[in-house]
This record gives sequence, structure tokens and C-alpha cells, in this order.
Amino acid sequence: MESKITFSEEISNLLYAAHGNPIRDCIQCGTCAGTCPVAPFMDHTPRRLIAMIQADQKQDVLASNTYWFCASCFHCNVRCPKGIDIAGLMYALKRYSMWKGTYREGLVGPVFSETFAKTIMWSGRSYEPVLAPTYLFGFKPREFLQEAVTATGLMLKGRLPILPPRIKRLEAFKKVVDRVIPRGGAS
Amino acid sequence: MKTFALFPGCSLEKMAAGYLSSTLETTSRLGITLQELEDWNCCGATAYFHVDELLAHTLCGRNLAMADKTGTDVIAPCAACYKNMYFTRKYLLEDPDLAEHINYALEQDGLKFTGASRVRHLLEVYAEDIGMEALKAAATTPLHGLKVVPYYGCQVVRPRKDHEDVEEPQFFEAILSAVGATPVDFPDKTRCCSGSLLVTSRTAALSLVRDLLQGAIDRHADVIATACPLCQLNLECYQQQVNLEFGTQLSIPVLYFSQIIGLSMGLSSRKLGIGDELVDPRPVLSLIGSQLAAETASAPQRPPKDDKALPMPARSKRS
Repeated sequence: MESKITFSEEISNLLYAAHGNPIRDCIQCGTCAGTCPVAPFMDHTPRRLIAMIQADQKQDVLASNTYWFCASCFHCNVRCPKGIDIAGLMYALKRYSMWKGTYREGLVGPVFSETFAKTIMWSGRSYEPVLAPTYLFGFKPREFLQEAVTATGLMLKGRLPILPPRIKRLEAFKKVVDRVIPRGGAS
Repeated sequence: MKTFALFPGCSLEKMAAGYLSSTLETTSRLGITLQELEDWNCCGATAYFHVDELLAHTLCGRNLAMADKTGTDVIAPCAACYKNMYFTRKYLLEDPDLAEHINYALEQDGLKFTGASRVRHLLEVYAEDIGMEALKAAATTPLHGLKVVPYYGCQVVRPRKDHEDVEEPQFFEAILSAVGATPVDFPDKTRCCSGSLLVTSRTAALSLVRDLLQGAIDRHADVIATACPLCQLNLECYQQQVNLEFGTQLSIPVLYFSQIIGLSMGLSSRKLGIGDELVDPRPVLSLIGSQLAAETASAPQRPPKDDKALPMPARSKRS
């Protein structure tokens, strides 16, 4: 007999923090949707997204901007009467869509996150100037200009690093990483 | 005298240098010694958890293992670093399999996570370890009449870490009252500042920032106090962009709570790193003593230019 894992189970499996995360326990009360400060900007509210996961509407869930718009503020988590780790669920969807490359075109989040991760791999620290191009070029000219004005202001106040910082035991650090995720070409 | 390990985090290196200097200045006057964790790495922020959860926990695990070696608790002034480190420690303690996996990786750097060192947020250390009496005693120039928004942001209180009151926390207000300031009753004090959405979902983010700024101004606050470098950046440095986007004219200084405590101790604004903001903090300073205002006004913003130098801002590098 062929056993097929449901989308809901697939997502639950991706949640370390939520082992036994009861997505299926959701009672659709909408507390998360009412709490979420970003809900007005999402295609679907968190409540609706959970209903869609339960209904196995995989394509529509993955195509939505909802999980990439989650700011990880955890307000829904602390209010959910069933104790569902909703922000964790959004993280799981982000990871899932990045692995499978199924996120919607034109979103800044995935590219930004990936570049951020790579920056840490190189140096052990984050470095703002490397991150900027991941989102700046997606901006409209006016937004680009506004962002440039803010960045210049920060630069003049000495609040942007000139040189990329790096940790001292970088080689050992990279070996630590290799034991968790073997990288291609790495020793 | 109590000693803690300090995990500054990437932001405090440059972007939030004032948070670091004011933290060091104020804690040293309250009998707390902070020793920077040697060779710490990035906590992974939120972006890392988007890519790989196990790797993100490994990054935090390395810092935690180094903190364990110091034999003291570790303080993270950045709310995001605090949350990441707090939960990695919790999961590693709860799940021996995860701890074993990560310790196997950490072997490569000669480290081992034991969980001996607890993770604390700076705000919590002021409220619990230092206490209101000590703050009151150290406040030689109490900030009478200064109306301050106690902006907790998200990750100091959420997700729930221990017994926090996640809906109506009061310890930030208590700290502000202890140094003589008037905490503003601000219902949105734990509402999100939009975090990293400012780069990934700009329109949504600017609207969240606008709502918070408008709320603070409507309640006649003089200044917003934050406990997180990203909250400070979003609420302060993006005010101009909010105004351009929505046609508003919002303007309110945003300082770190440690800078506000430092002002109550009569420390100079330069020592506290005040003056690096994009929104002029002088209106706040003039409310609590014109001497400070004058000092900031005359303080050079940048070191004098060396004519022979290459056209790069030559600023001393912190090692």
C-alpha cells in the first residue's frame, strides 16, 4: 500500500522547535489573524494559511506571500489558545520554499536570507554592505534614493562598517559548519 | 561585584555602538563587570533560521559553549541575539540528540556545550540583578519630567521564556521610574517594529513604524527608549522615509534605555554614544539639563579630516 505524507505532516516534520506541533489542533479562532501586525499586507491571514495547509492546498500556500511577510514577532504564538508555534510554522514554510525553490517570484526575503547566511559562512559575522544589493535593486527609483539617503546618514555618523568583520578562528568555525552541513568543495 | 560574559552581537560593533558604550558605562557604575565573549560569531539573526534550523542552532551553540567556559551567565543586549541564544540553549538542554549532534560539530573548534551559562537580556539584568534601589541611588540627576516610551519590542518578552507577563510587562516602566523619568502608558509597547521587513517588505514595514511613532507622539512622549538595535534603527533612522512615504511630519528621538539610565547618572552624552542619531536628540537633552545639550551641540560629529589621507573616513577600528 502506498503511503503518502500530507502537506501538513511535511511541514510539521520541518519544525524542530515544534516537535508534535499540533497544526491540526487549530480551531480557526482567528486570534493570530487579529493579532498579526502584518496581516493587512498578507495574501492570506495566518489563520487562513493554516486552514489551507490542513486542506492540503500546497500550491496556493507556497505561492502566497504570507510566510515571507511574517516578521517573527511571536505575538500570535503567545496568544494562540491551542499553543501552536505559528511563527515557527512560518519559518518552516520559508525553509521549505527555499529548499524547493517554490517561493513566489519577486520576493526579497529569500535572496536576502540566503546572502545573509553566506556572509556568515565567509566571516562568522554579518556585514551590512554585502546585504544591501540583495534588496536595493528590487526597489523603485524613489525607494532606492530614500534608502541611499538613510545609508549616507548612517555612514556619516560612523554607524556603517567600512571593512567586513571576521572572527579569529574562522578555519575552525568552517570545520564546525562542515560537520552540520557538508558544503561542496569544502575539505 | 557581579561578573557576566557579554555577547555584543554584530549590531553593537558599529550600527549600535552607542548601545554598547552606554551599557559598559552604566553597568560598571552599578557593580557589574562585563567581559566580552572571545571570538564570538553572529547569532544567525532571523535570516539564518530561514535557511537551516540545525545550522542556526550550531552557530548559537558555539557562542553558548564559549560562554559555558567562562563560568558566568551571558548577557545579550540585542533582543534578537537574546532570543536566539535563549532558545538554542533551551532546545539543547531538552534534546540530548540535538546536543550530541551539535557537540560533535563543536569538537572541531575544541568546544562543548554544557548549558552551565544562562542567557540573560540586559533589560532583565537591570530589573532583576541590579534592582530599582541601586538604580535610584545611582541616579544623581534624576530625569524628572522626561516622558519616555518603554518600548519593549518583540523578542525580550516573546516567545514566552519563563514567567514573563507577555501582554502587560512592567519591568521597563519600573526601570524608567527608578531613574526619575515618567514612563508613558503606551499600549503598543510590545507591538512589532517590523524587524527585517524593512528590507524585505518595505511598505508593510514603514506602515508599522508609522503607527508606533504616531502613537508615541499622540501620547506626548519626549523620547522612545528601546532595548534592541533593530528597533532603534527602524524607529529612528527610517522616520524620514516614513514621512516621505505617508506625507507625515513625524519626529521623535529614539534612544537606548541604557543611554537614558546613563543620563540619569549624569554621564556625558559623548560617553553614552548620544549624538550618532539621525533624529536630533538635543530636545531630549535640553529637557533634563541644558549643559548636556550645549555639550552635544559643540561636540565634533566626526574626527577632523586629514588632508593627506585617502578619501575614506578614517575611523579607529575596534578589535
